[in-house]
Amino acid sequence: MAISFAMPERVERERMMAQALAEGIMRPVSRQLDENEHERPVDFIKLIWPVMRDQQARALDRLKAPPDPEKEKKPRSTYLAMMVQIEALSWGDAGQYLCIPSPLLAGAAIEAVGTPEQKERFLRRFAEGDAPRWGAMAMTEPNAGSDTKAIETTAVLDPETREWILNGEKIFITSGGLALRESDGIVVVWATIDRSAGRAGMRPFVVEAGTPGVTVSKPEIKHGIRASDTVSIKFENCRIPYDNLLGDPEVRREGSREGFRGAMATFDASRPLVAASALGVGRAALEFVKETLHQHGIDIPYDQPYHRLSAIQRDVLEMEAQLKAAYLLTLRATAMLDEGLRNNLEASMAKAKAGKAVTKVTQKAVELLGMMGYSREWLVEKWMRDARINDIYEGTGQINLLIVARRILGYSSSELS
Amino acid sequence: MVSFTPTEEQQMLIETIHRYAEAQVRPIAHEADETGEIPAGVLRAGWEIGLIPAALPEAYGGLGEHEALTGVLAAEELAWGDLAVALKVLAPALFAYPVLMAGTAAQQAELLPLFAGDYIPVTAALAEPGLFFDPRALATTATAQGDGYILNGLKRNVPLAAEAQKLLIYAREDSGTVGAYIVDAGADGLTIGEREKLMGIRALPTYPVTLSGVRVDAARRLGGEAPLPYEAILNRQQVALAALAVGVARAAFEYARDYAKGRVQFGAPIATKQAIAFMLAEMAIEVDAARLMAWEAAWKLDQGQDATREAYLASRYAADTVVFVADSAVQTLGGYGFIREYPVERWLRDGRGFAMFCGLAIV
Repeated sequence: MAISFAMPERVERERMMAQALAEGIMRPVSRQLDENEHERPVDFIKLIWPVMRDQQARALDRLKAPPDPEKEKKPRSTYLAMMVQIEALSWGDAGQYLCIPSPLLAGAAIEAVGTPEQKERFLRRFAEGDAPRWGAMAMTEPNAGSDTKAIETTAVLDPETREWILNGEKIFITSGGLALRESDGIVVVWATIDRSAGRAGMRPFVVEAGTPGVTVSKPEIKHGIRASDTVSIKFENCRIPYDNLLGDPEVRREGSREGFRGAMATFDASRPLVAASALGVGRAALEFVKETLHQHGIDIPYDQPYHRLSAIQRDVLEMEAQLKAAYLLTLRATAMLDEGLRNNLEASMAKAKAGKAVTKVTQKAVELLGMMGYSREWLVEKWMRDARINDIYEGTGQINLLIVARRILGYSSSELS
Repeated sequence: MVSFTPTEEQQMLIETIHRYAEAQVRPIAHEADETGEIPAGVLRAGWEIGLIPAALPEAYGGLGEHEALTGVLAAEELAWGDLAVALKVLAPALFAYPVLMAGTAAQQAELLPLFAGDYIPVTAALAEPGLFFDPRALATTATAQGDGYILNGLKRNVPLAAEAQKLLIYAREDSGTVGAYIVDAGADGLTIGEREKLMGIRALPTYPVTLSGVRVDAARRLGGEAPLPYEAILNRQQVALAALAVGVARAAFEYARDYAKGRVQFGAPIATKQAIAFMLAEMAIEVDAARLMAWEAAWKLDQGQDATREAYLASRYAADTVVFVADSAVQTLGGYGFIREYPVERWLRDGRGFAMFCGLAIV
């Protein structure tokens, strides 16, 4: 190996395609979808569905194919491709990107802990058909935000029917309505099979659209990413087949974090991708600021000492440096996924940095452009609102700092809480 | 392919430097800072790692290993030991690398063999006095006269100037371009001033240098009549400074981390408190981010791509990071952080200089 920042050509091609889609399809309706909160980005969904579907089909076929040791030795760039696509689509519009018809986080959970049969059974729907489908993940509850082990939703096995019975309420579910109401998608629901076991009792369950006992709420009204569909879901004696449990049903009490580990492994993959989405919004704001300043005769030099720079130039350079720092941390966490390396620390570093950087960068962009930055005629104020979620969802900035701190200090969650 | 794993050779080099830094540099760093002197044996051992000799072409007894990326990895590790020692070990590169990058065949044949043996004190003079310094607007001039040039101007922060056998003087030429001129110690019109007193890097001797009508032959202009690749030299210098800053920052982070795990207050190590743990987490993130920026810029240089933007952002970011991290380390140690027997205040003093350092590092 050698240190290299060379993007594989295939990844670069996919980035350019995503960027073209972002420019041509997403940007033109960005304002409209922000103003009309619960309208769907129909053009984006229609165009991206066949792409996502065919990707999913190839992924499922690969699972079925006999193992090919030659191919496994070849370097993968699956996550790298996802990173650059998500970055580019979020540059287009982060809210619309979140409406992408794919298994999303549900897929990540199934990939992380599902059996081959479960992968086929739950993910095949995302690999065929003309109608788009969505997957969603339901973790957060009214009384369990960052403290995920505090979830109260229960799954009880009915010994007669060999069905799990889910009861509880889940909130802040991205694309939950699209998954259950507007398509025959799936939701991965985290529930406890043994509350006294804490984390060890947590398990992910797959709930399919159309299952009785599931009520999807009205979508939330939000500060930003308004095109994204965020709902609550109530489970009232919701019965699902035994095999909809992902992973092992045995609860090992002795210090086991079996169930929880599944969730955490999902986060290691999802956090760099959330960071990538954040970076796209940040780049949108930075590019717009630079372009606007250029039209007003202000360019950003990279060869001038500090004392020759105006305050605005210094601000823009700082924005650019912050985004670059976040980008490189994200690139590293993502490349590690492709290499099959444990990236728990690096994923949280990237997420913490990106969430904070884009929050600051987009807020500064509004400030630099003055009342026009504040105006809803331009998209800058929207990007500031869209960016803000990135330091909140998929682990707040503080939770990610806590993870980083534990890892660098070698502390367990009970030693540093 | 994107990868963040150094080659095996680079990994071995890092380990070699780390052993040197830990066993030989750290134990003398405080004393060196207090007295302003680096023990000769430590300097010799640093030189014998062979960073600069290895960069020479094989014809001159080197390995031809002159990648910016390798230089960056080495610089971080050396600076982790001590910045002043790192800069003194590397100072001859201020002369050697521009010769390597831009010298004529005759200049290389004459000068590069100097670096194949023991430590040789040679240096370069770039920075100039005044409140503001801009390497792209030098006040020192090189005026063509007869079959040579006349150098006039004031330089400062010139490392090793008093003992240097040769100096490379950067000066603005008649056409407005920048040239580099090889001047021997003792040349007429060359005056070395009193050793400078700085806030940090106190073990690195630096001096002001005055050039009053110093005459150099045409053959002593680096590269002969060819334009000097000045931007490439500056870019490489910025990347090196970034990596050195990362090394200091990492030293401060690691020290604060270990201290916080051992320091018990309120019945528990202070690292178990979020107020401290979060500060340490931010320090770790910033050190890694700054390092990746230096790596990316160095990688671009090695690819032969324009890395002006990356080098600029990397050096600025690293200069900010080292101050943030060293300052946080001082805060983590509390009152002890303010005591000179603990190294963190030294790292804050050393680190504060990076925003101003120019012409102190090419690796």
